[in-house]
Amino acid sequence: MIDISESVMRLLLVFIVAAPLVGAAAALLPAPPGLRGTGPDQAVLRHGVTVTGAVLLASLVLAAGFDHDDPSRMQATTDLSWIPALDVRIHLGVDGISLPLIVLTSLLTFLCALHSYATRRSGSGAPAGGHSARAFTALLLVLASGTLATFAVLDLVLFFLAFETVLIPMYFLIARWGGAGRRAAAWKFILYTLLGSVVMLLGLLLVGLQAGTFDMVALAAGEGGGLTATVQVTAALAIGLGLAVKTPMWPLHTWLPDAHTAAPTVGSVLLAGVLLKMGTYGLVRIVLPITPHGMQVLAPYLAGFAAVGIVYGSLACLSLARRGSGGDLKRLIAYSSVGHMGFVLLGIASMTPTGVNGALFANVAHGLITGLLFFLVGAVKERYGTADLDTLAGAGGAALYGRAPRLGGLLAFAAVASLGLPGLAGFWGEMLAMFGAFDPAEGLNRPAFLVFLSVAAFGTLLTAAYLLVVVRRVCMGATAPVPGAPAEAAAPGRPGPAGAAGPPEPPGTLADLRGHEAAAWTPLVALTVLAGLWPAVLLGLTDPAVQQLLAGGRS
Amino acid sequence: MNPAAAGLVQSVDWQAIAPPTLTAVAALAVLVADLFTEERRKPLLGATAIAGLAAALLALIPLRAGDRSTFCLTTDATACSYTADHFTLVIQFLVLGGALLTAVLSLTDTRRELPAGEYWFLLLASAAGAALLPASRDLATLVVALEVASLPAFALVGLRRGDRRSSEAALKFFLSSVTATAVTLLGVSFVYASTGTLHLTRVAAGLAEVPAPLDTLATTGVALTLVGFAFKTAAVPFHFWVPDTYAGAPLPVAGYLSVVGKAVGFTGLILVTVVAFPGHARVWGPVLAVLAALTMTAGNVAALRQSATRAGGAVRLLAWSSVGQAGYLLVPIAAAAYAGGDRIGATVAYALMYAVVNLGAFSVAALVARTRPANRIADYRGLYATRPLAALALGFFLLCLAGLPPGVIGLFAKVAVFSAAVDAGLGWLAVVMAVNVVVALYYYLRWTALLFRAPDAAGDSGAPVSAEGDRPVPSRRPRPAPAAVAVAVTAAAAVVLSGWPQPVLRFAATTLF
Repeated sequence: MIDISESVMRLLLVFIVAAPLVGAAAALLPAPPGLRGTGPDQAVLRHGVTVTGAVLLASLVLAAGFDHDDPSRMQATTDLSWIPALDVRIHLGVDGISLPLIVLTSLLTFLCALHSYATRRSGSGAPAGGHSARAFTALLLVLASGTLATFAVLDLVLFFLAFETVLIPMYFLIARWGGAGRRAAAWKFILYTLLGSVVMLLGLLLVGLQAGTFDMVALAAGEGGGLTATVQVTAALAIGLGLAVKTPMWPLHTWLPDAHTAAPTVGSVLLAGVLLKMGTYGLVRIVLPITPHGMQVLAPYLAGFAAVGIVYGSLACLSLARRGSGGDLKRLIAYSSVGHMGFVLLGIASMTPTGVNGALFANVAHGLITGLLFFLVGAVKERYGTADLDTLAGAGGAALYGRAPRLGGLLAFAAVASLGLPGLAGFWGEMLAMFGAFDPAEGLNRPAFLVFLSVAAFGTLLTAAYLLVVVRRVCMGATAPVPGAPAEAAAPGRPGPAGAAGPPEPPGTLADLRGHEAAAWTPLVALTVLAGLWPAVLLGLTDPAVQQLLAGGRS
Repeated sequence: MNPAAAGLVQSVDWQAIAPPTLTAVAALAVLVADLFTEERRKPLLGATAIAGLAAALLALIPLRAGDRSTFCLTTDATACSYTADHFTLVIQFLVLGGALLTAVLSLTDTRRELPAGEYWFLLLASAAGAALLPASRDLATLVVALEVASLPAFALVGLRRGDRRSSEAALKFFLSSVTATAVTLLGVSFVYASTGTLHLTRVAAGLAEVPAPLDTLATTGVALTLVGFAFKTAAVPFHFWVPDTYAGAPLPVAGYLSVVGKAVGFTGLILVTVVAFPGHARVWGPVLAVLAALTMTAGNVAALRQSATRAGGAVRLLAWSSVGQAGYLLVPIAAAAYAGGDRIGATVAYALMYAVVNLGAFSVAALVARTRPANRIADYRGLYATRPLAALALGFFLLCLAGLPPGVIGLFAKVAVFSAAVDAGLGWLAVVMAVNVVVALYYYLRWTALLFRAPDAAGDSGAPVSAEGDRPVPSRRPRPAPAAVAVAVTAAAAVVLSGWPQPVLRFAATTLF
């Protein structure tokens, strides 16, 4: 779009990866005079907003300067030797596959920082007091750096390093600022993913040592030529397992619902919106091009698990949405993520350009929509004091339309976007993924894929069913009594929502959309609509890169 | 330099043997000076010891080309008893550096609880033996060096006057160690009987052509020799002495044992396996691989079960974790049996990383022990609120040991070990290690999380008072400045290495011998 010299682009990318890390270190230091703000908490949370804002700006400029005529070429590349002993290089770069994810990540982290800043006094999400805000901001920034680095690095060992960097911050975000059962959930999250990623490391080392290089670009160009069939299958299995835990693929998903339920709003948004993408991105970036033969052997299994995951996730959601089952809204969305990521995996497993493009599209769409959903559920939880569907809905329904019409409308919007309504972002990815499965790559068993396809198609119906049930129970209903009586009990002494409702709230109404909420959610809504109406903006970026990655995939 | 004397007299390259010699001279000087020093001048002894160790470290610099050797046979210039190659130098650096940090850490203890003169003498003597060990290239020197390193250590463990636990720990340590040494000596004698030489390189050649009737004898000798070194590394099943010994010993000594004591064992093991017995790789390769798997599993599982409220729990946890870490250190040696001696570079790199962060962790423990002598894990709760820097440092050390970012150096040291295993085709061992890394993370991270928790520990059984109220620190207690210095040095080293791991990891990629 705009012409930016290569060296500036390079600096931008380095800045995007390094700035949050430097910012995290700076957050631990006392604020310099002039930046103290109204208090230490405010100052450090504002610092978080500033840093993530700068990173977002940098990534937008990067996207603008990206050569859209040649998205399959690695751009803004930096290649420095770091640890010659292990042949580890600081090799960074973006192409059409990673650019959307970098922009998505920096957007979501910025929104999260903004959310924490705006809600710092209400006690939800953002911490208060002592060293708490300091630690929170530092962890958030380290997390951002880790995820951004994952999408930007082009060296296998560095990829592993970036992949691991997110574990500790996420652990502490869940364990310190989470809800009920947070300790156990945090442990489950970190032990599960660490086991996966250590197994992945073994696979990465196998590839690197056998091929003699850890450079992803060189390895992808070699199309697995230097690796024997056995090595490829073993490596693809080990790497795939690690990534599948992260994605998460059924039946390795069991850490996810607990982590989501216990995590604070910001943690859930980042977990669903960004961290899960690291798994699928790794599959596309590493497993598909570097071990094409291994992928071909494993693809039917991957597709099978994906299809089961789609139906399983939907069924779990349906049972959670049922009246009297005590389902938690956050848990429900977590299970819905299992289903949505199933589509992504199905698309990747088809090993066709259509399917992989669909997967990448669904990836980004899921990040936008589920991020929005978690923000919304966080807002509902803050207002009602619970995210438990039964408490929330009572007998008739939570009547969000009546009490807080804009909030209700947004929730309904996010729900229909999530179920894949044509015209919104959720639609294209799932359709393309299924389209890919309809005609999988040569050498893959087509009848099997047709079966998986029909299972997945059935899953879309179930998805629609549970999301509509949720909308009915949360948004509709009579406004008369306040079912959220426990809301007041749960948060005694909490100052009333500032700004929106000056006088004490009349019974039956809730604070509707607040200024900061509108500001945080508008970009997500706008992008969801944009991606739904104009999918070419994303597909134009990913398609050439995918074509190139798969060029040798069917050899 | 003297030209080689004729006949039977060996020439001695004094510069090459300077590092262990300087240490030993300093040890004797301190011992003698102790007799003539008044009580109030005792701190001078510590200064002398530290100066001696620093001089020994400096003496490594002129040797850095790594091509010296001395005490060679007059008949065969290639068979030398003392070689200062790169392997020797890096281990000597590790050992002397570790001893130096231990000495700094002990400065406060020697003013009150420990008898200064004896303590410094024993520490320096042990360090001299440990520095001699990597250089020795014949079995006799090796065993002598091993004993010089160990015998003072027994005394160090039992040095705390009137502490029953301390003496019990020393006795345990002593009895099991002496048994192991006896077995090693038997093994060495078998090897000597079957090959007719003690020089490692000649043993290697000799073992290749052992006459058939002596073959069993040679193999038995190889196996028995390894037993002694396995004990020093605290490999399973010779690991039971570790937790009691560490918990009973004065804290700096425990740190010394966990780093230098372990380095001694590994150096010996590497020398006998890779240099002396390469022909028997099919014997010791699988044995070491199994030992590695068992050791890491036993250490980590035991560490997992440490209760947070047990007295001395922090040191016990570090003790068990050091057993687990010993398992990782064994992996590249086992890999060397399959993929060649270069693999042990990963052990050296890992040992360097481990030395820095483990000594750091012990330094923080020493710092905390000033105010909380029980040193339970629970005492570390909320450390961030009272001593933020110490808490951050300990958290960083623990994450380095766990091998997770931000402990980048720990992560890459593990990657080096993993890649040695994968490269040697030891896939199963790599998977066992992977599981162990996850298990270990649990207890390291549990401790790390405790540091940052709120200090108002109401439900904390056995911790009746909060940090400030906990038996007010007597003002006569010396300030813990030395421990703070040790923490600062190790933390700085660990942080720098995390950004620039090459100085440590380069050993993983080169031939050291």
